[in-house]
Amino acid sequence: MTDATALSRPTESFSLSKLWYDKKYRSVILQMIAMAILFAAIFYLAGNAVSNLEKLGKTFGFDFLSQPAGYDINQRLIEYDSRSSHLRAGVVGLLNTILVAVCGIILATILGFALGVMRLSPNWLVNKLSYCYIEFVRNVPVLVHILLIHGVLVTTLPKAKQALNVGDQFFLSNRGLYVPKPIMEPLFYLVIATFVGGIAYAWYYRRQARIKQEKTGAQSPVFWVSVGAIIGAPIAAFLITGMPLAWEIPELKGFNFRGGLALKPEFISLWLALSLYTAAFIGEIVRSGIQAVSHGQTEAASALGLPRGRTLNLVVIPQALRVIIPPLNSNYMNITKNSSLAIAIGYMDVVATIGGISLNQTGREMECMIIVLGIYLCLSLIISSIMNWYNNRIKLVER
Amino acid sequence: MKKITQVALAVAAFGVVAGNAQAGTLQDVMAKGHVQCGISTGVPGFAFTDDAGNWQGFDPAVCQAVAAAIFGDASAVKYTTTTGKTRFTALASGEVDMLARNTTWTFSRDTDLQFEFTGVNYYDGQGFMVSKDLGVTSAKELDGASVCIQTGTTTELNLADFFRTNGMSYEAVPIETNDEARTNYIAGRCDIYTTDASGLAATRSTLDDPSAHIIMPEIISKEPLGPLVRHGDHQWGDVVRWVLNALITAEELGVTQANVDEMAAGTNNPEINRMLGAEGDLGAMTGLPKDFGHQAIKAVGNYGEVFERFIGPSTPIGLERGLNALWTQGGILYSPPFR
Repeated sequence: MTDATALSRPTESFSLSKLWYDKKYRSVILQMIAMAILFAAIFYLAGNAVSNLEKLGKTFGFDFLSQPAGYDINQRLIEYDSRSSHLRAGVVGLLNTILVAVCGIILATILGFALGVMRLSPNWLVNKLSYCYIEFVRNVPVLVHILLIHGVLVTTLPKAKQALNVGDQFFLSNRGLYVPKPIMEPLFYLVIATFVGGIAYAWYYRRQARIKQEKTGAQSPVFWVSVGAIIGAPIAAFLITGMPLAWEIPELKGFNFRGGLALKPEFISLWLALSLYTAAFIGEIVRSGIQAVSHGQTEAASALGLPRGRTLNLVVIPQALRVIIPPLNSNYMNITKNSSLAIAIGYMDVVATIGGISLNQTGREMECMIIVLGIYLCLSLIISSIMNWYNNRIKLVER
Repeated sequence: MKKITQVALAVAAFGVVAGNAQAGTLQDVMAKGHVQCGISTGVPGFAFTDDAGNWQGFDPAVCQAVAAAIFGDASAVKYTTTTGKTRFTALASGEVDMLARNTTWTFSRDTDLQFEFTGVNYYDGQGFMVSKDLGVTSAKELDGASVCIQTGTTTELNLADFFRTNGMSYEAVPIETNDEARTNYIAGRCDIYTTDASGLAATRSTLDDPSAHIIMPEIISKEPLGPLVRHGDHQWGDVVRWVLNALITAEELGVTQANVDEMAAGTNNPEINRMLGAEGDLGAMTGLPKDFGHQAIKAVGNYGEVFERFIGPSTPIGLERGLNALWTQGGILYSPPFR
């Protein structure tokens, strides 16, 4: 026993046996042991990998990222050609992953909420339809959905030359859906500015309305003013500036359509499959969330004379969201992670580019896999932190 | 104390054995009793399953010849199907002992990826297949087309280079296996299928009306296809190399599956005698039985017979010998001598 311990704990004497029998020490020691084992395991695995790589005569390094990739990618959000680097190919893939994940999350949420509400409908047919959909979809692996939708799209849609033509503007074939592409003229930036201003004004108005309501009890038409500012004003600006938007119409030239915006069948099928699959899970989450709110709450609200719409908005939904948000978070992460199945149909996501072709052409399995793992980890953490932030905002505030 | 020494000795011995096992693929193969061979997921003629569910074809024949050379039994092979993307990992990690699946011999695969190509069993080049309806006759007219390509192959890189250097654009439709390419091509998802010309011929033979599709005259690359093993195990590399050479030399010297037994008894050509084990002991130099050549040829036939059986003009694949004829018959197929 040293003087230091005697000083810091003047009332208790320290003995070695305390390290184990005192609950406080024991928990710290157990955690230290666990950490030590974890680090030893990581160290062992890393050392093992290094020695195996050495045995194969391979070096570890990320130099290959700056070399030309040499392959082409059919769908890209940024400029890319076969002379671009592996790094750029990886970024193209990452953006494609993010694109399909974001689109998937939006569609799955909309569908999921609709399914959840339908599932609670007193209408027998609507209720059972939703039930059958949910039970069927969520018991079939998502990969099967992806392959099925892709197969159906590619084999049933007409070939490019016989594409379904809607008003010479929209073309649907098994090469994808081609739509006119908007091209901004300089004045269009004014419309964008109005839109941003509209959002700012709506936010400001809402704040003022709340302050006013707290002071006087009078309510302001927040919803309609917001609609006017965010949607109405930009439309007005668009018309006043003389519609500063040109459209690039896709047209059939040679083998394929040129120009316009294209939604490739690979993107459509991955997007639909992920959304339809995850919507079934979200539907169940929404149903359970709404059912978690005791019926007494609704009855109490109507006893106070609140109309039905306000009861939903102010009583039911805020309480249901508390139940819905945490499992929703993990479903959003599932969509993002499941998007890696893109590889089955040739959608060029991050697994297909850096974790697939680049890996194969350069033989840097370890490095490429580390990059891909890191990317998915980051995406999951980002989604999780956004959802947790939102969850904290809406959770029960105890006063 | 004695016990501890014993344990230490055992551990040390195990370490030595394990260390050796790393280097001696032939010993490993002999110990487990079969060759683990990586093949493709299926290309008509080159690798396919017969009615009994056994893998057959131009590429598995190499595996069978190697197994016959080692064990005297062509069926001592277990197959692992690999895609363009999984093949190198399968070989590098030791999951398979050798690959025999239309893999192109390139500089970086030989050096950077640390593989050893043990020869060429098919001299190929990348071509394009299109439907006749499109009315295209030359690859130079393909600007703007959609192209199905197998990812993770040299094909992919050649294609990008070809279109870029000719100032043409295209849409790459990446697919994983030959079957997938076929499905997408038939459905019209892509206008063109590109892969090695042999693969195109093989795929075309399986289409409903093969004559409605043409293979363009342009061959845009050299694709020497051959079996490969891991770097660093020269003995095993030699085994695979000389089994393949035996099949080629057998054709050159007129040794066939039918007459090999008779010739193995001894002929007045010393090279045949050495190859079949009637004279000298070439086999022992690389750890094989004396009659390894005899067994390999007896199992699958000589190179020409293998070619005829699976991909030659009389098969639905209908490939001409072309470059793959023997050097004595206007081709470039040439085996170093058995001496």
